Amino acid sequence: MTLLVLPAVLFILALFVYPFLYGLWLSFRPNGGGGLANYAKFFADPFLYTTITKTLMLAVPVTVLNVVVSIPVALRVRLMRHQRLLTTILVVPITLGTVLVSEGLLTYLGPRGWVNRVLLDLGLIGTPVRLLHNYWGVFLSLVITGFPFTFLLTLSYLTGIDPALENAAAVLGAPARERFKRVLLPLLIPGLTITLALSFVQAFSVFPSAILLGEPAGATRVISIAAYTAAFEQYDYSLASAIAMLMAGIQVIIVLALLAARGLIYSGPAASGKG
Amino acid sequence: MRADRTPGARAWAFAVWVLVAFFVLNLAGMIATVVLDSIGTHWFATWLPAGWTGRWYGMVWNEFQLPPILIVTVEVVAAVILLSGLIGVPAAYAMARRDFPGRRVAMLLFLLPLLVPPITYGIPLATVLYQAHLAGTIWGVILANLVPGVPFVILIMIPFIEQIDPRIEAAARVYGAGMGRLFGQVLVPLLTPGILAALLLVLVRTIAMFELTFLTAGPTSQTLVVALYYAVFAAGVRPQQSIDAMAVVYTVTTMMWLLITLRFVNPTQLVGRARR
Amino acid sequence: MAIASRDFRALRLDHISRCFGTLNALKDVTLSVERGEFIALLGPSGCGKSTALNCIAGLLDLSGGAIWLDEQRIDNLGPERRGFGMVFQNYALFPHMTVRRNIAFGLVTQHRPKAEISRRVDEALTLVRLTAQAEKLPGQISGGQQQRVAIARAIVVEPPLVLMDEPLSNLDAKLRLEMRAEIRRIHNSLGCASIYVTHDQEEALSLADRIVVMREGEMRHVGCPEELYARPAHADVAEFMGYRNLVRSRVEAAGNTLTVSIAGARLSGTPMEAVNGDALVAIRPEDLTPAGDAPIAATVDAAEYRGREFYGFARTADGTELYFRSERRVTAGDAIRLGAPPERVLIYAAGDAP
Repeated sequence: MTLLVLPAVLFILALFVYPFLYGLWLSFRPNGGGGLANYAKFFADPFLYTTITKTLMLAVPVTVLNVVVSIPVALRVRLMRHQRLLTTILVVPITLGTVLVSEGLLTYLGPRGWVNRVLLDLGLIGTPVRLLHNYWGVFLSLVITGFPFTFLLTLSYLTGIDPALENAAAVLGAPARERFKRVLLPLLIPGLTITLALSFVQAFSVFPSAILLGEPAGATRVISIAAYTAAFEQYDYSLASAIAMLMAGIQVIIVLALLAARGLIYSGPAASGKG
Repeated sequence: MRADRTPGARAWAFAVWVLVAFFVLNLAGMIATVVLDSIGTHWFATWLPAGWTGRWYGMVWNEFQLPPILIVTVEVVAAVILLSGLIGVPAAYAMARRDFPGRRVAMLLFLLPLLVPPITYGIPLATVLYQAHLAGTIWGVILANLVPGVPFVILIMIPFIEQIDPRIEAAARVYGAGMGRLFGQVLVPLLTPGILAALLLVLVRTIAMFELTFLTAGPTSQTLVVALYYAVFAAGVRPQQSIDAMAVVYTVTTMMWLLITLRFVNPTQLVGRARR
Repeated sequence: MAIASRDFRALRLDHISRCFGTLNALKDVTLSVERGEFIALLGPSGCGKSTALNCIAGLLDLSGGAIWLDEQRIDNLGPERRGFGMVFQNYALFPHMTVRRNIAFGLVTQHRPKAEISRRVDEALTLVRLTAQAEKLPGQISGGQQQRVAIARAIVVEPPLVLMDEPLSNLDAKLRLEMRAEIRRIHNSLGCASIYVTHDQEEALSLADRIVVMREGEMRHVGCPEELYARPAHADVAEFMGYRNLVRSRVEAAGNTLTVSIAGARLSGTPMEAVNGDALVAIRPEDLTPAGDAPIAATVDAAEYRGREFYGFARTADGTELYFRSERRVTAGDAIRLGAPPERVLIYAAGDAP
């Protein structure tokens, strides 16, 4: 009966693990030069290596913002009787995906869109604000698709904490702030680390919105654009693989750093939850 | 916990609600813009379009060659649902019921495609599929979409299977049911709600899966979301309203299935909690 | 910080009620708890006993009424300002804190000096006999030990009132008996008041000074254990307290003892409330025994030996079902005559049939 797992394992080995290993191998077989030529080329070309900082400049602030805002909102929503309506509304942008959100924002944030009209009519601005084809367009699209994701994860971890624990803290005299600091936050840390890691990884792999809403040749030339261009415009699969490996490597480093940081500030049981 | 009644707590709660309302308002505004533009004649420097028309939808249908795109989308989604169910459900069964050497490794294997973003593994995957001459064909698109689809079915199904009393299967075997009958007549009926939920979730995710489809699709194997991307990317070639009409077609397709799915699952399951 | 001091005289619930939407979970409850008293709130699940406890703790708002601690009204205060101790059903120990830090939680909240915290936690650990487990996490100790940590955490702040919500329901039978004695011992040594929620009659009878029986959000009986056992105030309380024979009847003759008829037989009993006409007769199976001259003729349906005695189930000619006790062997089909002493035959008005 254990053999039933075999087709799935073989499938993932063939179409996930093998391509990754093949990509790794391919990245050391450049079209010209020595084994490390692709990596050397990447770090020598400002048009390539700056994609890392550009991506981080987008992913880090967006992730921090989404997580920081998600916590108080989730703390509130948890007390709601009818959470489902809000979670349903928030799942909509995740389901529609980045392409549709980008399409929608192109008009909505545009110089004649509703955002600029409201700001103009309120007299807050004299001329339309430029929110498209620059950093902020991509930033806003990442908030619209990223915040619901971060929030729903945070909420699910928060509601996983036994409410009796907070009641116990309250009866023992702890006011709301202290209940959060001494009971909820420590129990939320493991889940919050995972939320941070997943949200970051998602934001770091921003792709269609960076092209459609951003400046794909300039401020929002993110690392996935570089990899895509190498593979499908220059047909240099070897360089593209090297960039994809760097992308994966940076994600792994950040995730490991987050887990290590959690280890430093939290030493309790790994399971968040039941008393 | 009862809600706090102090003025500070009330102000704090109010601020949180204003923030949420602002987010939802912008979300609604964004979708409304697309819908209104797609049925408007002209929309220039006013709050609403000048007049209303349905002709952009006709244009999408003819000029964007919507019918073949819809057919490809249906084919891809159907194949992904079928195959991920066939591969995923038995695997989930083994994972839930058996403790075998390497179970933890298998679990990790199934978690990774869900945790690693598609664009990261999509590029090496597309490279391999191109060398196998599968990329550019509908089969390449299906295979690529199965990479997150199969693990997703497994992870959703494991808790469903774990909650079924193993003695039911033992009883079936005592009465002489073989593996096939065990699955067909005992387990599948019991697991139907779980399978339905998992497959609906895969359906919604596959319709909306841009990156993997984009990297592996050729001109004849585009799904709706990829076609929408190309339409937006080539903006200026066609009227903006027709692109919005296309976006509405995509939104309606996705939302219809999302609403059906939400009758069976909790919204948070779409995010796929990484609990293990 | 906490408003309550230990030398309070009484906690008063003044016509308190609580609704959840259209459901009245707690209806017009009035009760006074004196210092040193051990009160049990007893009732089946859904009777409102936990709602009452959560209202007293401040975890739920009242829909009506007021709660007073001596002269001070406290129902408008948040739980953190009431200064009570509470033991939760699943213990609610903080899983990320050691036993010591769990117990110290309330004292830290009060910003007590370090030395005092350490001394009082040590005392509490000694009281619940957990000194050796002080540095362990809750996940590393047994259920009974977790239970004692929960008690220590509640009492270390020396609260005027300790609230306990079915604290023994997660323990196995043997441990339950031990912890029951322990809880009473701790209560006696502290001199505070305790309110204890349970659905277990035996637990309530053995622990409490006074028992409040609740049903559908109402208080149905308030009294000491002996009184509750022997003279329940209402027929539904009697049924809950083990009066399995509840028979509809008519009052035949009044006097010091009432005479009622069961299946045509006349039986003397004690009226528990004003009754005329239709009545409900409650008799415990152990008080209904066969005797040659007993009034009720019945046929045994089934009987089982429970060591020393037989307990059986009989039917009268008109189909009335009766549970009885017998010292001699009876078997199905035997014709017997059943009767009970008048003080053990409780007569209620038929209006409040359960």
